[in-house]
Parts: sequence; C-alpha cells; structure tokens
Amino acid sequence: MPDEFLHFSQQVINGLTLGSIYALIAIGYTMVYGIIGMINFAHGEIYMISAYVGLIMVTLLGMLGVHMIPIVLLLTLAATILITSAYGWTVERVAYRPLRGSPRLVPLISAIGMSIFLQNYVQLSQGARNVALQPLISGGWRFGDSAGFQVYLSYMQVIIGVATVVAMVVLTLFISRSRMGRACRACSEDRPMANLLGIDTDRVIALTLVNGAALAAVAGVLVSLYYGLINPFLGFIAGIKAFTAAVLGGIGSIPGAVLGGLILGITESFTSAYLSTEYKDVVAFGLLVLILLFRPTGLLGKPDVEKV
Amino acid sequence: MATRLKEAGIAAALMLVLAVPILGINIVIDGPSTHLEGEPLPVVIAVFAVFLVRLFHGPIAMALGRVKVPTLLPTPERMESYRPAILTVLIAVALIWPFTASRGAVDIATLALIYVMLGLGLNIVVGFAGLLDLGYVAFYAVGAYSYALLTEYFGLSFWTCLPISAAMAGLFGCVLGFPVLRLRGDYLAIVTLGFGEIIRLVLNNWDSLTNGPNGIGDIPKPTLFGLEFSRQPEMEGGTTFHEFFGLDYSGGDKVVFLYLLATVLVIFTLYIINRLIRMPVGRAWEALREDEIAARSLGLNPTTIKLSAFTIGASFAGFAGCFFAARQGFIDPKSFEFIESAIVLAIVVLGGMGSQVGVILAAIALTVLPEVARQFEDYRMLIFGLVMVLMMIWRPQGLLPARRLRQELPT
Repeated sequence: MPDEFLHFSQQVINGLTLGSIYALIAIGYTMVYGIIGMINFAHGEIYMISAYVGLIMVTLLGMLGVHMIPIVLLLTLAATILITSAYGWTVERVAYRPLRGSPRLVPLISAIGMSIFLQNYVQLSQGARNVALQPLISGGWRFGDSAGFQVYLSYMQVIIGVATVVAMVVLTLFISRSRMGRACRACSEDRPMANLLGIDTDRVIALTLVNGAALAAVAGVLVSLYYGLINPFLGFIAGIKAFTAAVLGGIGSIPGAVLGGLILGITESFTSAYLSTEYKDVVAFGLLVLILLFRPTGLLGKPDVEKV
Repeated sequence: MATRLKEAGIAAALMLVLAVPILGINIVIDGPSTHLEGEPLPVVIAVFAVFLVRLFHGPIAMALGRVKVPTLLPTPERMESYRPAILTVLIAVALIWPFTASRGAVDIATLALIYVMLGLGLNIVVGFAGLLDLGYVAFYAVGAYSYALLTEYFGLSFWTCLPISAAMAGLFGCVLGFPVLRLRGDYLAIVTLGFGEIIRLVLNNWDSLTNGPNGIGDIPKPTLFGLEFSRQPEMEGGTTFHEFFGLDYSGGDKVVFLYLLATVLVIFTLYIINRLIRMPVGRAWEALREDEIAARSLGLNPTTIKLSAFTIGASFAGFAGCFFAARQGFIDPKSFEFIESAIVLAIVVLGGMGSQVGVILAAIALTVLPEVARQFEDYRMLIFGLVMVLMMIWRPQGLLPARRLRQELPT
C-alpha cells in the first residue's frame, strides 16, 4: 500500500479517537439543550473534573495494589461516573434550578459563573500545572510495511472506540425503552405539557444533567488514560469544541452530536497533519461559524420554530 | 427541625462525595512516580460549612429577603434638578484628585477607568440589547493591536489611531455579527467565545505580523498636542511637556496625564452612550431585548438593530484597547484571554445590566478591591464565578438596577 494512503488512514484513526471523545461530551450539551434550551457552560468543567477524578482513582488503585487492568478500568469508570454525576446534579441544583423561568440570559450567565468557579476550584486545590499519569494500557497493532510508514492502532484507541459505542447503545436504550427515557423525550417535546401530565420535570432535568455528566465522565477517564496529561484548563477548550460538534450535528439530536463529534475530530486531525497544528483550533471554530451561517439547524437537526 | 437536620445531613454527605477527590486528595508527582496524599482539613471545613448553610437556609433566606439593598441614588424626580451639579462635582473631583494622590494609586485608577470603558461598551451589547457577548476581549485586542501595528509600521500617532482602532474593532464586530445575529441568542454567546479564541490564536501564531507570543513593545505614549511626556524628545525636533512649560522633569506627570486622558475618554464614552440610548436606535435595543416578537411586529428590523448594538459595543472596546496599548507600551496575546471577557461581563452583571452608574461602580470595585486585597489574589476568579451565580439567583437585575426611562400618562 502506498505511504500516502497509510498516512491518511492513520489520520482517520486519530481523528475518530478524538471525535469519540468530543461525541461523548457533545451528547451532554445536546441533551440539556434539547430539554431546557440552555447551553450548559459548566459541562466542559465537569469533564475536566472527571479527568482528575479518573486519574486519582487509577493512582489510588495502583497504591492499593490492584493491578489487573480490566478491574482497574472498570472500578475507575464506575467511581468516576458516580462522583461526576454528583457534580452534575449539584450544579443543576445550585445554579440552574432556582432560575427556572427567568429570562434566557440569566441561567446562561449563572452557567458561565459556575464554569469559572469550577475551573478555579480545581486550579486552587490541585494546582495550575500539568499532571501526568503513567500509561496504564500501552501497546497496539501496527499495519503496513516494516520499511515504510506504519499505521499504528493502539489498544487504548480501540478501548475508546468500544467504550463510546457501548455508552451510545446504553444511552439509546435508556432513552427509547425506559420509563424515565420516555419522560425525557416528552419533556424535550413540550415541557409545560409534560408537567401537566404529571411528569416531575425538575427530576427529568436533573436526570438529564446527570446523564450528560456520566458520559462526560467516561470521556474524562478515557482522555486521562489516553493522553496521560491533564490540567485544570482542558475543560474550557474541550467544552467549546464539543459544543461545536453538537451544533454541527444539529443541537437537540443525539445521533447528530455523535456525527458532529466524529466529523470535528477528523477535521481537526487532518488540519494538524496537512496544514498546521497551531491553527487546528481556528479551523474548528471557523467550522462553527460556517455551519451557523449556512445550516443553522445542523446536519440532523430540526428547524427551530419560533412560538409567541 | 428534624426534616431540616435530615436535609442538612444529606447536603453534607453530598458535599463529602464532591470534596473528597478534588479538595481532599493531592496528586504528588516526584520523579517518574505519582502518588496521592490526603488533605482532610479543607474537606472538613467544606462539609461543615455546607451543613450549617443548609441547616439555617430558611432563616438566612428570610434575613436576606428583608435586607433592602440601599438605593444609592435619590429618586429620579428629585434627582433631575441636582443632576448637573452632581455631575460637575464628580468630574471636578475626578480631575483634581490625581494631583493629591500617590503615583501608584493614580496608576490603578487609570486601569479602573479602562475597565469602566470596557464595562460601558459591553453594557450596550449585554445590558441594553440583551445579546450575550463572551468574546468582548477580541475587540479590545483588535483595538490594541491596531494601534500597536499602525504605529510600528506606519508611524501613526495615538490621536490618529484612536478613531481608527475604534473603527477597526467596529468593523470586526459588524463582520462577525452579521451572520450570527440572525440566529438565536445563545448561539451568539458561543460564537463570540470561539471568535475571541480565534483572534488570540491568530495573534499568537502570526509571527511575521504580530511578533507572536513575544508581543509588541515600544508603543509610543500619547502626546498632548504634540508635547511628549518623556525626559528627552523621542521624535526628531520634538518638544517635551516639561521643556515647553519650563518645569522640572517628573515621571509622575506622565501617569497623571494618562489618568486625565482616560477620564476624558470615559466622559466622552458616557456622553455618546447617553445620547445613543435616548435616540430611536437605543429605544429599539431595549424593545428588542424585552420582546423580540413584539418589536418585530412593530416594524423594527431585529438584525440591523442588533448589529448596530454589537458594532457600537465593539468599537468602544477598540477605543479602550487603543488606550490600553498606549498606557502599557507593550502588548502580547496573553492580555487578551477569555478571563478578561469574563471579568468585563462580571462587571456588567454585578453593576446591573443596563445601569451605567452601576457598571461604573462595579468596574471600580472589581479593579480596586483585588489591588487592595492582594493576599486573596488567587481566589479572585473563584469569587467572581461564585458572585456571578449568586447574583443571578438573588439579584439578577444587579446591585444598582437600571431605571427604565418612562413616561406616565396623565390621568
């Protein structure tokens, strides 16, 4: 196989890995937006917190002498999902619930305040530095000639892909089959009506934020294991990008968020490979402006009907 | 009481879950290995604080509800007649004060005035037009870099660059706003946030033009009708201020001059904005903020009106940026991070959206307080974030809410 093709495939693999992470975070944005029509600005910080909790759990288990990789991975995921969900729930309870029914700008500003608060909270308690984690899972497969360029697919990338697919399937089943999932769908269709029909909308909203936080937790753990380097500022940029992904796919649509995440990941990986790494963020934001310009409803979104 | 205790207990338990991993465990890196260290004290404090707040939540809320935030201003009717007198006194104090104060204090006051300008500019966008702009710092950067680059490559003076900077920032605002303002409000927030980052990244990476992360230095200070405030004239055949008036050279003159210049710029900004909000366009901004659909049905074109607010707001940021570059003498992309946008937004929110007096006081408070309480500097942003949330819950209209212009019909 020619080197160009191998190089290309490598970028696709890297892009899909990055895109899976964006997709997991983007779902959190899209679900919350679908139900309360608000951008949950603190979502990026929730993801950052989960990366810290994940790293702490892995280190803790290592200190306790647990070395079986599957067990470490599962325990870390479980604990991180639990703690991050608690953060998601608390943010909703403290910063969003008291503001139900206020003008649009009010909860948005509250969310930004929460985001600034959480970022500084982690920065003050854990330090404004990079924290590194030794790779827990190393190794992978190589394809191509041994002489020329080789495509590298690490085990970690496979785990990220698998975890993302599993998370999507679980979420889709939850939304489409469970009673609570049906309540979620009802709320996103028409919240006052759902409320009239006896659905506890406050609970549904809290649940949506918790779901989003749990998915962000999966993304956070995977990122801290994949890159092995985290700092308190990673939530800000990841948050904007995941939001871009959600808008790209059509805000409010879960498959859209996944699609948007993957497209964004691949675009970014190609930009770094073929153009310049410095401008990869510029390309991502440029993409956001372009989508809003030409297709504000996103790829899979429904048009927004304005009601009086 | 029992239910309150139970609720407080649940809240405290939740806080324990939240605090243990982040507050209670420190990641220690020594060499290649990473290990953890427990730090119980902050967790105990946090859990205890949450328990108490939750337990006495009812009484606290009642007490807060009873506290009437003092309205610093007399009622509008009584105030109207005093207005010119109050304004004259305030301006006179602002102009005389620097000659009696220390150099450091004047310097901080100048910085506060820059934030006043930024706050007033953002107040047009957020307060009057109700558009959430999270990338306001981008226009500030455009203004600052316009002056720095024009003076570096073309040798233009501060006074020529001041309107150019404002125009450039306005142009950027217009070009960015045009596609986005047709959409729903929250998209604007995120696009402006992204735009702020794009501007910073471009400034950081376009080495050949902006000198990248090293920034641009040796930006000339403003002159007073061509008189410089340096010891030696820097321009060929130039005259300095102290030579012209036959005074001894003093470094303090420059500081005072910059302060006075900032005061004049703030007064100019205030004058323009006060004219604007009484004009039809200003009324239209508020109408659109209150009810877009009603405003549209009365024949207002929302896109043009929002665009005008966005552009005018941006050009005031450019104005402030130009002065900032001249005052610092050196700028780099680090001065234009998101956190600056957040500070300016906090100023507007704290002061009261749409209230100019409130915004001015908040800008002064938020610049001067951190300077006074230096030992709490690390906690500054943490407190800002918290204050933004609490303000939205308790007093979304700000500390000094805007008085609506209104006319009552005679009955």
